[in-house]
Amino acid sequence: MVKSNIAAFLCGLIFSIGLGISGMTQPQKVIGFLDVFGEWDLSLAFVMGGAVISYLLLQLWIQRRFSTPLLGETFQIPSRKDLDRSLIFGALLFGMGWGLGGYCPGPAITSLGSGSVNAVLFVVAMGIGMLLADRVISPILTHKALKN
Amino acid sequence: MIEFEVAMPLAGGILIGIAAAMTLLFSGKIAGISGIFGGMLFQQGEERTWRSAFVAGLIAGGVLLYSINTEYFENSSGRGLVAVTIAGLLVGIGTRVGGGCTSGHGVCGIGRLSARSLAATVTFMVAGMAMVALVQNLYL
Repeated sequence: MVKSNIAAFLCGLIFSIGLGISGMTQPQKVIGFLDVFGEWDLSLAFVMGGAVISYLLLQLWIQRRFSTPLLGETFQIPSRKDLDRSLIFGALLFGMGWGLGGYCPGPAITSLGSGSVNAVLFVVAMGIGMLLADRVISPILTHKALKN
Repeated sequence: MIEFEVAMPLAGGILIGIAAAMTLLFSGKIAGISGIFGGMLFQQGEERTWRSAFVAGLIAGGVLLYSINTEYFENSSGRGLVAVTIAGLLVGIGTRVGGGCTSGHGVCGIGRLSARSLAATVTFMVAGMAMVALVQNLYL
């Protein structure tokens, strides 16, 4: 219990250092990366590339080498394969917010450590948005899906 | 005109991949930040504790980075407080409804070759590009 929390803390710490040195905590860089019709800044493609490739290789190794996690009982890997309305609708809204603010969740939370007012507002609004999603939007989406 | 840097983005990306893989190795969980943050808010007991520890690690990393060089948090995006608040709402709703963000779908999902995550990632990238094109044109 204590060990797994220390591990989670360290994982979060390393994650945020990666976000910071890569440029993800600077909203103008994120916006520059998404600005394909303007002055496109490709830098963040290397963040994505480096993260995906290193995770791909490491997770393959972990899944082969270990039958259970070191500090947990089972690997909890998502198994769904279908594409549904919620997935696409949610991703659409997330992308719009990402482009509007220049923050995705990890960099925004990391930026709390810099005392940025923008980051504080963003993270509070994000929490409220999640509450709205659980209470209002997801029930409507699932209800419609049931009807069709 | 296209401009870019390679070394630091790549190094940061690899560090993110390593941290996500460590999360899998130690706790057996997917390092999706929106899921971790949402779980910290809405779940209880141990499910909440490890997520809170992860979020504390993220913030501690932010404090450390800021003490090394404040430029890591330079913000010249010009996006005001109203825009940022609306953005936060959209990101909160979208990641919760869509089951993930840049880390859960974009890094861990694609790293597991998940079709759902690939579809989500393409969707949020295109939506983000459309939003930036729209906002840049409105501002100019």
